[in-house]
Amino acid sequence: MTYLAKPKFHHPALPKNEHGFTHRDYEGSISTLCAGCGHDSISAAIIQACFELNIEPHRLAKLSGIGCSSKTPDYFLGQSHGFNSVHGRMPSVLTGANLANKQLIYLGVSGDGDSASIGLGQFMHCVRRSVNMLYVTENNGVYGLTKGQFSATADRGSTSKAGGTNNDSALDLVGLALQIGATFVARSFSGDKKQLVPLLMAGLSHPGPAFIDVVSPCVAFNNHAGSTKSFEFVRAHNEAVNRLDFMDAREPITVDYEPGTSTEVALHDGSKLRLAKLHGDYDPHNRIAAMNYLQSRAAAGELVTGLIYLDDNPRDMHSMLNTVDVPLNGLGEKELCPGSATLDKINASLR
Amino acid sequence: MSKPIKATNDFVVKFANVNGSGSASANELFARAILRMGVPIATRNIFPSNIQGLPTWFEVRVSGQGWVGRRGGCDIVVAMNPQTWDKDIASIDPGGYLFYDSSKPMPESKFRSDVNVIGMPLTEICNRTYSDPRQRQLFKNIIYVGALTSILDMELPAVEKLISDQYGSKPALLESNIRAVRMGHEYAQEHLSGICNLRVAKADAVGDRIFLNGNDAAGLGCVYGGATVAAWYPITPSTSLAEAFMKYCRKYRVDPETKKNKFAIIQAEDEISAIGAVIGASWNGARAFTATSGPGISLMQEFLGLAYFAEIPAVIFNVQRGGPSTGMPTRTQQADILLCAYASHGDTKHVMLFPEDPRELFEMGASAFDLAERLQTPIFVMEDLDIGMNDWLCEPLTWDESRVYDRGKIMSAEDLDAGKTFGRYLDVDGDAIAYRTLPGTHATKGAYFTRGSSRDRFAKYSEDGSVYVDNMQRLLRKFETAKSLAPAPVVHKAREKARYGAIYFGSTSAAMAEARASLEGLGLHLDTLRIRAFPFADEVVEFINSYDQVFVIEQNRDAQMRMLLVNECAIDPARFISVLHYDGTPITARFITSAIAERLHMKAKEAAE
Repeated sequence: MTYLAKPKFHHPALPKNEHGFTHRDYEGSISTLCAGCGHDSISAAIIQACFELNIEPHRLAKLSGIGCSSKTPDYFLGQSHGFNSVHGRMPSVLTGANLANKQLIYLGVSGDGDSASIGLGQFMHCVRRSVNMLYVTENNGVYGLTKGQFSATADRGSTSKAGGTNNDSALDLVGLALQIGATFVARSFSGDKKQLVPLLMAGLSHPGPAFIDVVSPCVAFNNHAGSTKSFEFVRAHNEAVNRLDFMDAREPITVDYEPGTSTEVALHDGSKLRLAKLHGDYDPHNRIAAMNYLQSRAAAGELVTGLIYLDDNPRDMHSMLNTVDVPLNGLGEKELCPGSATLDKINASLR
Repeated sequence: MSKPIKATNDFVVKFANVNGSGSASANELFARAILRMGVPIATRNIFPSNIQGLPTWFEVRVSGQGWVGRRGGCDIVVAMNPQTWDKDIASIDPGGYLFYDSSKPMPESKFRSDVNVIGMPLTEICNRTYSDPRQRQLFKNIIYVGALTSILDMELPAVEKLISDQYGSKPALLESNIRAVRMGHEYAQEHLSGICNLRVAKADAVGDRIFLNGNDAAGLGCVYGGATVAAWYPITPSTSLAEAFMKYCRKYRVDPETKKNKFAIIQAEDEISAIGAVIGASWNGARAFTATSGPGISLMQEFLGLAYFAEIPAVIFNVQRGGPSTGMPTRTQQADILLCAYASHGDTKHVMLFPEDPRELFEMGASAFDLAERLQTPIFVMEDLDIGMNDWLCEPLTWDESRVYDRGKIMSAEDLDAGKTFGRYLDVDGDAIAYRTLPGTHATKGAYFTRGSSRDRFAKYSEDGSVYVDNMQRLLRKFETAKSLAPAPVVHKAREKARYGAIYFGSTSAAMAEARASLEGLGLHLDTLRIRAFPFADEVVEFINSYDQVFVIEQNRDAQMRMLLVNECAIDPARFISVLHYDGTPITARFITSAIAERLHMKAKEAAE
C-alpha cells in the first residue's frame, strides 16, 4: 500500500458525468491493502461503474462485513455512507437498511470468508428474501487478514502458500445464488475490468437481488502455483460465456458485433445490455440450464464468467412486504401513531 | 380437620389441566366472568414447553382488595389432571377445597382429611350427553365452569354474556356452550350446594381498568412509538410480542387509500440476523426493534457491542424466561440482568428499562424508541414471561395527543448547508451525544463511514490509543446522560419511620405491593424503591444509604440486581439482604412477606439477645 494521498486537484478537462462529477468524486480513502491486490481493481471498477451510471454518491449506501474485501468500501465512494459491520453479518444489516429506505441503492461488499463461511447463512437468506441490492464477493479463496488459511471457496486439491492441501469441497456462491432466487447472477475476474465494469453497472441497475462473484487473487497468500485463485490460473481457465456492454437509455449504441453473435436485453430503467455470445447457445435467461452449465464446466476445470443468469422479472422484498412508496424512515408520528381516540377504543375492548 | 376456609372475594382457584385439552379458554371464561362481576382478579398461566399432553395450571387470584400479583397458596383446586393429582392435592391450603371428577371411584388415600371434597361425575355426564370424543373433552371444561359458577355463588348471566360475546356470530357454538355451562350449573345447584364457603360477590372494584397481557401491550407500544421495522426470530415467550405488533400494524398501519403498509416485518433466520436488520434499519433512520428471550440475547452479543460502540439506536425486548441454556422456556425469571447490562465483549454498558406490568410496558415500549434515538444506543426493555404472557388487570393505556417522537440528534441537509461542523463522534453539546447523519441526506456533505473499529471524532479510522480512550471516555459520559433521561425510580414510604428498605423491579411489583401491606399489618415497616431503569439514578444510591440494610427482591438465583448495585454504585455488599425466588413460577406476596418477616424477626431477636 501507499500512504501518499493523491492530490485533490485534477485536470480541468477531466470528463464529468451528468451530475457534474468526475470519476475522482467517486474515489475514497487510500487503500490499505497489499500492492497489486485484486480487490483494489474491483474498487476501481466500482468507481468507474458508478461514475458511468451517473449515480449520485449519496444515493448509494455501501455495506460490508469483516475481512480484506470488507475494508474496501472505505476506498471508494467517499461521499456515500458506509457501514463496515460484523464478520459475516453484512447481509442482515443491509436488509435492515433497505427496509428503512427503499429509495437508495445498496451495495454489499463481502469476501469468501465473510460470505461462504461465517456468513453463509446470512448470504443465503438475504438473497432468498429478494433484497434489492448488488451483492459483490471479492473471492480469493483464502483468509488474507489472518495470513493464508483456506476459505470455503478454495477448490479441493488446491494448495496453500505454506504447502498444505485443501481436502474439503469448495462452496460455489454462484451456484447457491442461482438456487435460492437471485434474479441477476454473474461471475467475473478482478483482472478483467472490461468484463467487470459493465456487469457492475448492470447489477447496480437491477431492481432485485443481484449477485456478482469476482475472483480476486490474493497476491500475498494465494497467487502461487497450486492455487486455483491465482492470476495465472484464472487467466488460463476463464471461460467467459458472453461479453457485455451496458448502455444507458440515452446513449447511442457504439459497439458493433457480427450479426447473430449478440443479443440486446432491455432493463427496467430503460437502459440496455448488449450481450455478445461467446458460447454459441448459452442462454442467460434459463436458470436450470445455467446451473447445469456451471456444474459441467466446473467438472472440466473451467471457471465460467460473464452474465450467468438474468431474470427479466426481478423480485424485490419491498413489493412482497407491500410497503408504502415513501421510505419508512421518513414517516413521523402523524403517519404512524394511531392516536389517543383509537387507544380509548382499544382500552374499551379490553374490559 | 381444619375449619373450612370461608372467604368472599379473596381466594385463589387453581385449575390443574392437561395441555391441549381445551381447558385454557374455559378457564379464561371463568376468570373473565369474575371480572365482569366487578371483582379484580390476577391470573397466571403455568404451562409446559409442549403443545399437547403435559401438565398445565391456571391460577385465578380473586381479590376484592385489588391485589393483582400472585398471593401464594391455593384455596380450591380444580383437579382435572391425574398426572399431577398428588402434587395438586398437596398444594391446597388446610381447610381448602378440592373439586374433582368423581366418575371413577378413588381410594381414600388419594384425598386429604383437611381438605373439603367436591366431587362431580364430569366424565359420566359428558359421556351420557355427547357421542363425539372431542366434544366430550371440550365440553367437560365448560361444564365444570358452569358448576363452579354455582359453587362459588357467581352470576350465571355474566358467564353466559361472555359466551355470547365470544360466539355471537356462530350460533351453533353459542348454543352448545350455553347448554354445557347451564348443565354444569344445574347439576351443582342440585347436588353441590352448601359445601363450599368461598364466594364471589358482585362489587365495583374493577373500575375502568383493563385486562391485557404484556406482549400485546408491548406490540401496541411499538405501533404507538413509531416502530416501522421489526425483525425477529420465534422464541418463547417473546413470539407473541412480534405477532401482536403484526396484528396491530395490520389494523392501524395500512394506508387506507393505497392499502400499502407503513411497516415492514421480517421473520429472520436467527436472532443474529434479527438484530443485524434492526441495526441496519436504525442506522438508516427507521425506528426498529426485535423481540427475543435470553438465548436470543446470547446470540446477539457481537452485534450489541457494535451498536454500543458505533452508537446505533436499537430497541430490544427481552421477554425473560428460565435459563441458563434452554432452561425452563415456558417459565418466568429475571435472570438476564447481567447478560444485558454488560452485553458483548470489551467494555460495554447498556440501558435497561424494567416495566412493572403491561400498562407500563406499553409506555416504556413506546418511549424506548425516543431513548434509543436520543442516546444512539441499544435499549433493553426487560420484560419477563409473567408480564409478557399473562393477562394483567391494569390501568387503561394513555397517549398524550401532543406527543412528538424524539428523533435525537440528526443533522439535516439544511444544517450541513448552513456550515455546521459535522463530526460523527464529536461532542458539541457537552452531553456526550454526537450528531449523526442519515444516508442519502446531502450530495457532498455529511457522509461518514460507520465501523466497529476505533476511529476519531470525525469517524476516521484510527489505531491511536489516545483517540480510542477519548472515545471510550465519551461513551462513559453518555451513560451518565442516560441516567437523567431514563425513567426515575418509584419510592414508597412506610407509615412509620423505617430502618429497612427494600428494592424490587419488574413483575415483582404487584406481589411486592401486597407484601408491603401484609408486613405493615405485622408491624414491620419498610420503605421501598422500585428500580425502573439502568443506569441507576442517584436516588437509588441515596435510598440505599438511608437504611440499616436494604432487601433486594429478585427472581433469579444469583442476586443479579444486587450484584449490579454493588458493582455500579460501589456499595458494601453486606448492606444488602437478598430475597430470591427462581423456581420459574411468578413470585408471590406470601413468599416475600415471610422471607422479609423472618429476617426482621431474626434481627429483632439478635438485637434483644
